[in-house]
Amino acid sequence: MANGFQIVVCASIVPDPLQTLEPAAGANGPGLKNEMMLPAVLDPWAAAGLYEAANLAAKQAGSKVYLVSLGPKAKLQQVMMTVAQKVPFELVAVDGPLGGFTDAQATAAALAEAIAAIPGLERERMLLFGGWESASRGAGVTMQVVGERLGVTDQFQGVDQITVDADGSFEVLERVEGGKHQVSVCAGAPAVLGWATGSLPEPRNNPQVGMANMRGVMPALQKAKSVKLDANGLSYVSVSLPKQQRETRLVKDMPEDEIAREIVAWIEE
Amino acid sequence: MSDETTVEIERQQMEVDIACVGFGPAMGGFLTALTRAMEAGAGEASLESKAVPGMPLQVLCYERSDDIAAGVSGVVTRGRAIRESFPEIAAAGVPMLTPVKKEKVLYLMDPIGASRRSALLRLGDRAKRLLSGVLKVEQEAMELPFTPEFLQKHDGLVMSIGQFNNWVGGQLMGSGLAQIWPGTPVSEALFEGKAVVGVRLADQGVDRAGNPDAGFMAGMDVRAALTVVGDGPVGAVGQSLDRKLGMPAGHAAHEWAVGMKMVVELPEDTPLEEGTVWHTFGYPEPEVFGFLYVHPERLASVGIFVPSWLGNPGRTAYRYLQHYMQHPYLWRYLNGGTMRSWGAKSLQESGKNGEPFLAGDGFARIGEGSGSTNMLTGSGVDEAWATGVQLAEAVVELLREGKAFTGENLEASYVRRRRASWVEKGAEAAKEARNGFHQGVVRGLIGMGLAGLTNGRLSLGAKIRPAHKQIDGLEEFYRKLRPEQLAEAKRRAAAGERTLYDALMDACGWPEIEYDGKLMVTHQDALLMGGKVQAAGGFADHVIFRDAGLCEKCGERTCIAMCSGQAITQGEGTTPAFDREKCVHCGACLWNCARSADGEKSNIEFRAGAGGLHSAEN
Repeated sequence: MANGFQIVVCASIVPDPLQTLEPAAGANGPGLKNEMMLPAVLDPWAAAGLYEAANLAAKQAGSKVYLVSLGPKAKLQQVMMTVAQKVPFELVAVDGPLGGFTDAQATAAALAEAIAAIPGLERERMLLFGGWESASRGAGVTMQVVGERLGVTDQFQGVDQITVDADGSFEVLERVEGGKHQVSVCAGAPAVLGWATGSLPEPRNNPQVGMANMRGVMPALQKAKSVKLDANGLSYVSVSLPKQQRETRLVKDMPEDEIAREIVAWIEE
Repeated sequence: MSDETTVEIERQQMEVDIACVGFGPAMGGFLTALTRAMEAGAGEASLESKAVPGMPLQVLCYERSDDIAAGVSGVVTRGRAIRESFPEIAAAGVPMLTPVKKEKVLYLMDPIGASRRSALLRLGDRAKRLLSGVLKVEQEAMELPFTPEFLQKHDGLVMSIGQFNNWVGGQLMGSGLAQIWPGTPVSEALFEGKAVVGVRLADQGVDRAGNPDAGFMAGMDVRAALTVVGDGPVGAVGQSLDRKLGMPAGHAAHEWAVGMKMVVELPEDTPLEEGTVWHTFGYPEPEVFGFLYVHPERLASVGIFVPSWLGNPGRTAYRYLQHYMQHPYLWRYLNGGTMRSWGAKSLQESGKNGEPFLAGDGFARIGEGSGSTNMLTGSGVDEAWATGVQLAEAVVELLREGKAFTGENLEASYVRRRRASWVEKGAEAAKEARNGFHQGVVRGLIGMGLAGLTNGRLSLGAKIRPAHKQIDGLEEFYRKLRPEQLAEAKRRAAAGERTLYDALMDACGWPEIEYDGKLMVTHQDALLMGGKVQAAGGFADHVIFRDAGLCEKCGERTCIAMCSGQAITQGEGTTPAFDREKCVHCGACLWNCARSADGEKSNIEFRAGAGGLHSAEN
C-alpha cells in the first residue's frame, strides 16, 4: 500500500467496570449513581480496536491513527492520562454528555460529523475502527450507522484479525457462531471494522508516546465541539445492572475437578 | 529489578525541566502553585523550558497507581493551606467534600473483654460504667466534655482524597502546563555523585524477579534539572535518596501506623448528618485510634490506625477494623450499611523526627515522605499541600533569579520558607508528643496532652527503637495466655486451620466475625468489593524478603498479619509468599517485620510497583 491507511478509531469512555456501579434515575432518564465521581476508562472493546489500529499503522508506512472520542471533556482528559501513554494517535474530541442512554443514531451522527471534519482525511485511505460491542450501554449498531453515514458500505463486525496485502486489500476474520471465524477479503479501504477482542495485549505505558500524544491532546480537548445528543423520542422504561451474586468460601486441598464441579453446580442453580 | 540486569540494559532517555514523583496532596499543592505562576508569567523567558527551548517549562509527574483518584484515603483536615489555594473549595462541587459541622472525641470501652487493657484501664472502665449517670457514657463509650484544641478540626473539611485528587488533577491537566501520568511507577532517583539528575521509571515486561521477559521495555531515564519527590512515606524514590544520602543526624523514621478504613453507605434512615466527625481511642486495643467522618449523601469514612508501638506481633488491621466497626457506639449507625470502598496506607508517624534531607543538588522533598505529618494534631494532608506550595514558590523564585536548583539555593528558598511556616512550628510542637506511647497507653495520653496543651514545651522523653524492635515476641506479648493456649494457636496455624494472627485473636477471646455480605465481608471480598485491587502484568515483585534465613527463623511473621491485602501469606518456601496482584501498596510490610540483618532496616524491602486500589471513593 503506497500511502498507508488513515485509521479512525471511534472509542467512547465508560465507567471503570471495577467501580461500584448503581443505577439511578436522572433528569435525562436512567443513569448511574455518582457517575461523574467514577473514574472512566476507554471502552475495552474499542480499546482493542485502538491497539490493533496502532499495530497496523506501525506496519503500513505512511499510516496514521485518529482517535475520535465523544464524552465530557473532563472525563476525556482523565482517560487520556492513561490511554495517551499506550500508542501514538491524534485525538479528535467531541464534548458530549456523560453516560446515560443515548440514541445510537444521534451518537453516530455526531461521530460521523466529527470524522468528516478531520482535515486531510482521504476517504479511499480510511479504515473506521471501533468496538463491536460496548462495556456499558452498548447499542451494538453505532459503528454500523457511522459507516453508513459516511458512505462506507464494506463493514465487518466481531473482528479479531486483519491481514493486509501489498496491494492494500485485506483479509478479515469475523467471529461467527460456534467459536469459528468467517474469512472475508476486502479490496481495500474504506471499510468499517467493529472489533471484538483482537489478539494484542494492552501495550505498555510508554512515556515518550505519552509526551508526543499530549502535545495534541490538550489542544484537541480545548477545541472540542460541544454536541447535544437528541433522544429522538426514545424513552427507557427501566434499567438494571447484570446480576451479581457473591458467595465466598475458603477451601484448602480440594481437587481442581471438584472445585470446577461445584462452581458449575452453583452457576446452574 | 536486579542490580545485575540494570547495569547492562540500554535505556531511552528523555529531558524535562521538572520531574515529579507521586501525585498526592503535596504534589497537588506544588503543581497548582507552579502552574498558576506559569500562567501568570506566560511569556517570561525565565519560565520557559531549557529542555525543550521555545516551550513552557516541561513539568511531568509520574504516579504509581492506575488512576490519580485511586490508592488514597478519606480525611478530615483544617484545610488552611488548601483553602489558601482554593478559597471557595467548599462550594466548588468536589464530590464527598463538606465542611465539618459537629466534632467530638470518644473513649471507647471494651464491651467484649478481649482487648489488652491494663488493670488500671479496666478499673477506669468500671468506674465510667458506674458513673454513667454523671459522665456522658452511653453504648460503652464516653464522650469527652470537650475536644482538645490541638485536635480540633471545627473549621475544616471532610474530604475524600481520591475525589479531591481527581478534581485537582483535572484542573492541572486542563491548564495544559503539567502532565500527570498514572500507572507509571518510578524505581529510583538518578544520581551523579550526590546530585540527583532525574528518575528512572520501572522496567516493564519483566518476570517476578525483574529479569527481561516477553515485551521487555526498560524503564526510561527521565533527566531533569529538578526532581520533586512526593512519593509518600514508603515511596521508592524517597527510599533511594535515604539510602544514598542517609538521614540528618538524630533523625530516623521509626514510628509508623497503618490506617485502614471503609467508606460505608449508611442506612437510609441514618440520623448522622454530613460533616459529623468523631475521633475515638481505646478500642479495639487501647493503642488504636479510630475515626468516623460523614460525607454528603449518606457516605461515611470509618477506620482505625494501628501503630507500630502496639507491640502485638499478630496485629492485623482488617480484623481489628471489623471489631471496631462493631463497637456498639458505632454499630448502631453502621449496621445495615453497605461497604462502598475499602483501603489502607502506611503513615510515617515520626514527623519531624523522621524528616529526611529536604533538599539537595537537583532535588527537593515534599509531603508525608518529607516528615511533614503532624502527629499531635493528627493532620497531614494540609501540611503536605503547604509544603508543595512552598516548594513551588521557591522554584519560581529561583527561576526568575536565574539560579540553579542546587542544594544551597533550594535550602535558601524552599527550606527557608518551610522553616518559617506554620508547618514547621506545628512539627516542632508535635516532635515529642507521642513518645509516651512507647511506655504505655496512659503515659502516651498524658504525654500527648502535655505536649498539646503546652504547644510542645512539655513532653515525655523516650528512646524510640526502630520499628522492627517495637514488635514483641509471641510469648512476651501473649503472656496472659496460658502456654497451652499459645501452643494451640500455633498448632492451628501450622495445620492450616487458621492464620496465626486469627488463631491468636480467637485465643484472646475476640469473637468470630459474622459476615453479612454487605459490610462485614471476608478480607478477600474487601479486596474485590471495596478495593477493586488490580495489578498490571509485566512488572517485577515489589516486596522482597532480603534474607530467607531470617524469615525461616521468624516465629511471629507479623508481615503476614499486617498485610492489608493478604498479599503476603505463609507460603510453602522459607520466606512468606507474595502475590502482587493483591497488594494495595500500603507499605505496612516494610515496618511490620521483626527481623533485621543490620539492626536498622527490617528484612523486607518495598520497591516500586504498579497497580493497587482502584476505588475512587476513598
